[in-house]
Amino acid sequence: MAHEETVYDALGNAQEDHGHWAFGTGFDEPLAGVDTTVPDGIDPAELGEYCLMLGDDALVLAQRLTQWITASPELEEEVAVANVALDLLGQARLLLARAGSVGVLGRSRERATESIPDEDALAYFRDADEFRCTALVAAPNGDFAQTMARLLVAATVRLAVFARLRDSRDPVLAAIAAKGVNELAYHRDHAARWVLRLGDGTDESHRRAQAGVAAVWPLLDDVFTATDLERRLTDAGVAVDPSTVRDEVHGVLTEVLERATLTVPAWPADAAPRGRLGEHGPELAELLETLQSLARQHPAATW
Amino acid sequence: MVSAPVTVDPWEVAAAVTDPELPMVTLADLGVLRDVRIEDDGAVVVEITPTYTGCPAMGVMRADLVLALHRAGFDDVDVRTVLSPAWSTDWISEAGRAKLAAGGIAPPGKAPVRATGPVPLQLGPTRRTAACPLCGSSDTEELSEFGATACKALRRCRTCREPFEHVKEI
Repeated sequence: MAHEETVYDALGNAQEDHGHWAFGTGFDEPLAGVDTTVPDGIDPAELGEYCLMLGDDALVLAQRLTQWITASPELEEEVAVANVALDLLGQARLLLARAGSVGVLGRSRERATESIPDEDALAYFRDADEFRCTALVAAPNGDFAQTMARLLVAATVRLAVFARLRDSRDPVLAAIAAKGVNELAYHRDHAARWVLRLGDGTDESHRRAQAGVAAVWPLLDDVFTATDLERRLTDAGVAVDPSTVRDEVHGVLTEVLERATLTVPAWPADAAPRGRLGEHGPELAELLETLQSLARQHPAATW
Repeated sequence: MVSAPVTVDPWEVAAAVTDPELPMVTLADLGVLRDVRIEDDGAVVVEITPTYTGCPAMGVMRADLVLALHRAGFDDVDVRTVLSPAWSTDWISEAGRAKLAAGGIAPPGKAPVRATGPVPLQLGPTRRTAACPLCGSSDTEELSEFGATACKALRRCRTCREPFEHVKEI
């Protein structure tokens, strides 16, 4: 075999299996070399479904955040939002790859050819009703104040869940969570400082921050309600029952809002899970249309 | 198949590969290169760990490692990802920190301790400090916690007024 002359040749060879697939990086299996054996006593299909919930939250929030690119209030913020989205996209890739590693691929394989990696098949070739994200991440951005209020809430919830998932009995999930905690702490604190700056800013920024919080708070209604699957996996030591992070999340959000001179809205009453069971408003389908259109129209595209 | 000359240590070869985004430091300097070993069948197994979960440079790192080891005569190379324990800037070597600074990028301070339990909220201005890699002044301010790559923040020196990048602690 002739040795590669340049790194580009090496990249070409490294990509032989997925060479024509351009929507993931195509360079790299995110779980290459990672032991994906499922420990005894854990139902692989349920583990995969749970990874879809966590992975879809990250994928959809990343896509929402990237909608600010070219539209952010300042250049540094544009870079920050893109960085946060990139971290979340990385978490999504690992979690969707974990779901794929245990065979949870939904109907994606009916459309995605074999050469498309699992995480790309799951991201690009499932319809909205197969997504397991909550409305908290799927809701439209609103203005910048509302976007930061949502990021604060979503990152606070995710950080609290991931901190506990570091002890998951699934070693892959535990490793993803341990890396994610370090990243999510940056995301939450960044959003919290914006809420503080806007809430305790001018009359107009205060008004917008309060309106943003008012728009986001009702989306918490099904965030802390566990599905039956989450309860079973929590009992098995794999998952985190979201109801157990409610007090911590409430405490963090209250602290930020009070410091920001904002009124803490009434906590919404618990509702039955919707997004986790695939029930979404039309905004998710609209978001996915943008996210998925290129992959679906040109499944062999390359650049 | 060409056998690798016994005089070549695959660790030395892999350790010389530089980071695609921070070309002044090697993957070994960064602590991204975790292990290099020769299996019984002669295959070289390389283990690397991502800095950030979404690090887009992993594919290039993998390709660079394969290329360097192929050139050194190792035909069978398997580059594997290791996720645990999570990478920390504390793993950047002293030599790596010196190279970063010489390249105009402020090296990280001590990474925050991630104990079990809730992660404390940090609402104030970040307490991180970093000396200006250009003039050495310690009078610098953070412009943004998020820079041109996931691993860097953007700072400005109040003494020489120049902006510079800082590998942020994680």
